[in-house]
Amino acid sequence: MRSLILLTASRLLFPLLLLFSVFLLLRGHNAPGGGFVGGLVAAAALALHALAHGISATRSVVAVAPLNFVALGLGCALGSGLVGWFWQQPYLTGLWTSLPLLGKVGTPLLFDLGVYLLVIGMVAHVLFLLWEE
Amino acid sequence: MIREMLLVLPVLVPLAAAILSVPGSLVLQRRAAMVGLTGHLVASMLLLAVAARGEVFAVQLAAWPAPFGITFVADTFSGLLLASMSLITWLVLLHSTASIPERLQRLTFFPLAMVLLAGVSGALLTGDLFNLYVWFEVLLMASFILLTLGAERPQLEGGLKYVALNLIASAFFLTGVGLLYGSTGTLNLADLSRRTSELPLSFPRIAAVLFLLLSFGIKAAVFPLFGWLPASYHTPPAAIAALFSALLTKVGVYSMIRVGTLLLPQPPEALTNALLGVAGLTMVTGVLGAVAQTEMKRLLSFHIVSQIGYLVLGFALYSVAGLTGAIYFFVHVSVAKAVLFLVAGELERQYRTTDLTELGGSYRTSPTLAAACFVGAMGLAGLPPLSGFFAKLQLVVATLEREAFFSLVAALLVSMLTLFSMCKIWAEAFWKAPTSARVAAEDWPPAMRFATVGLALLTLLLGTFAEPLMTLAQQAAEQLLDRQAYLQAVLGGP
Repeated sequence: MRSLILLTASRLLFPLLLLFSVFLLLRGHNAPGGGFVGGLVAAAALALHALAHGISATRSVVAVAPLNFVALGLGCALGSGLVGWFWQQPYLTGLWTSLPLLGKVGTPLLFDLGVYLLVIGMVAHVLFLLWEE
Repeated sequence: MIREMLLVLPVLVPLAAAILSVPGSLVLQRRAAMVGLTGHLVASMLLLAVAARGEVFAVQLAAWPAPFGITFVADTFSGLLLASMSLITWLVLLHSTASIPERLQRLTFFPLAMVLLAGVSGALLTGDLFNLYVWFEVLLMASFILLTLGAERPQLEGGLKYVALNLIASAFFLTGVGLLYGSTGTLNLADLSRRTSELPLSFPRIAAVLFLLLSFGIKAAVFPLFGWLPASYHTPPAAIAALFSALLTKVGVYSMIRVGTLLLPQPPEALTNALLGVAGLTMVTGVLGAVAQTEMKRLLSFHIVSQIGYLVLGFALYSVAGLTGAIYFFVHVSVAKAVLFLVAGELERQYRTTDLTELGGSYRTSPTLAAACFVGAMGLAGLPPLSGFFAKLQLVVATLEREAFFSLVAALLVSMLTLFSMCKIWAEAFWKAPTSARVAAEDWPPAMRFATVGLALLTLLLGTFAEPLMTLAQQAAEQLLDRQAYLQAVLGGP
């Protein structure tokens, strides 16, 4: 069943929620938020989209199999630890640098991004599977 | 720096192999697994080579100093177990490329096995109690799926018991961790050991240690908490059972020994007596269960329980001799048990059954398999030139030293019954007149042959080179009871 209210709301809320999830991801280092919560919000956006437009539409929005997000996220998290080795530091050591425009970025951000992707992938995977049963 | 990298590589390499190959095809997953395993083997051999010189070395992850961050630490004990488990996993996974049906391999079998190995490596290397819990969860998650791969009815039934009891064990684990953290304010094992060795035994600490031992006991499948093991281990394909028997219960005993020796420098007499009782009962009930079975994989599962009893016995004796025996036994039993499970796998391929009453006459049709089975079975039973003999001799000497005569009698009696049960396997499956026809026409696949024969040869080598291995085991046992080198490596200072 298609609901006009839900469709309109989701058209507005979907990008807003995704933006909010990125905001949560970025502010998470020193304030409440972070990759896990951000990932959950992004996955909630996908769930809302699926409710409004149907699961196959959401699958085409996501474009790749959600399990790839999990692999990519784990890869980011694992790789973020390796960076320290090039500066003779133990595994997972946080290293920071300043970039123009972006400000202070570092390996913990990459780790958090990994968590973010992993949570999106995992929740989307479970969601899609259960939805299609 | 190289050492600091070596300490995390056994976790990172299999994990990376799993991550990189998950989106790929089955062929890629298989290759990535074998490459990852080879990397793991090289890393853990190097780790053992450093540890064998008597060094204990540690890395503070993320450069947070010791009691605050997570420490990874390796001594001879963890190095020896890691290297032996790595080698066995390499051979068993090679076996599984041919023995596990492709339909099951497609269900991300290889990435899951890699995650399992990463979890086991993490549990062996971590020096932090909560981190140990996390690694246990990682390896349990992977093992839940591996156990029920394919979702056959008996698998789900066994898997349910496995999951339920292991979750209860995890709850006990967390309770123990919480009590320890509440009463001491730290979860770094070395820090806990240093702080608590000066204090008298207080109530929360005794309760915490008991909770932890109970949890490891369930995970290691000791009496009376072993019910989940024979209920589940015979249901997956033989290669998965071989993997589980080499990795899972062994990590439970490893944690018991590691945490036990660090947290209880002088264990109360009542506790060691209780542990001795548990060890004896585990040995006896396990072997009695095995004697009653005629299905080979079920029979072997009961033997896992019985052999765990020997390991706990070595720990309960709390002496250098006892721990030396237990550590040598670790390596020996992992190899010998893997041989037998892989033999069961080949019989299953040939006859579509592992029921001993329906098997027979394989001595003529597959002489190499019969020889491998003989070596594995007699090695497990402990006939003199093979590895089991030296392992049991060392434990018997240790029980005599401590004058634990009941344990001595139990160990010897169980040894006899093990020999009986092993003879039963060999006589029924290989010696007696054939009762049913072979189903599989094609030959033993080379990967399976190589793995099975390789492990059988390893059993022979463990017996032949018992002396250097025993020296290494003794060094590990001395480090475990002395603790100073471990504390110094983790915390620094005197």
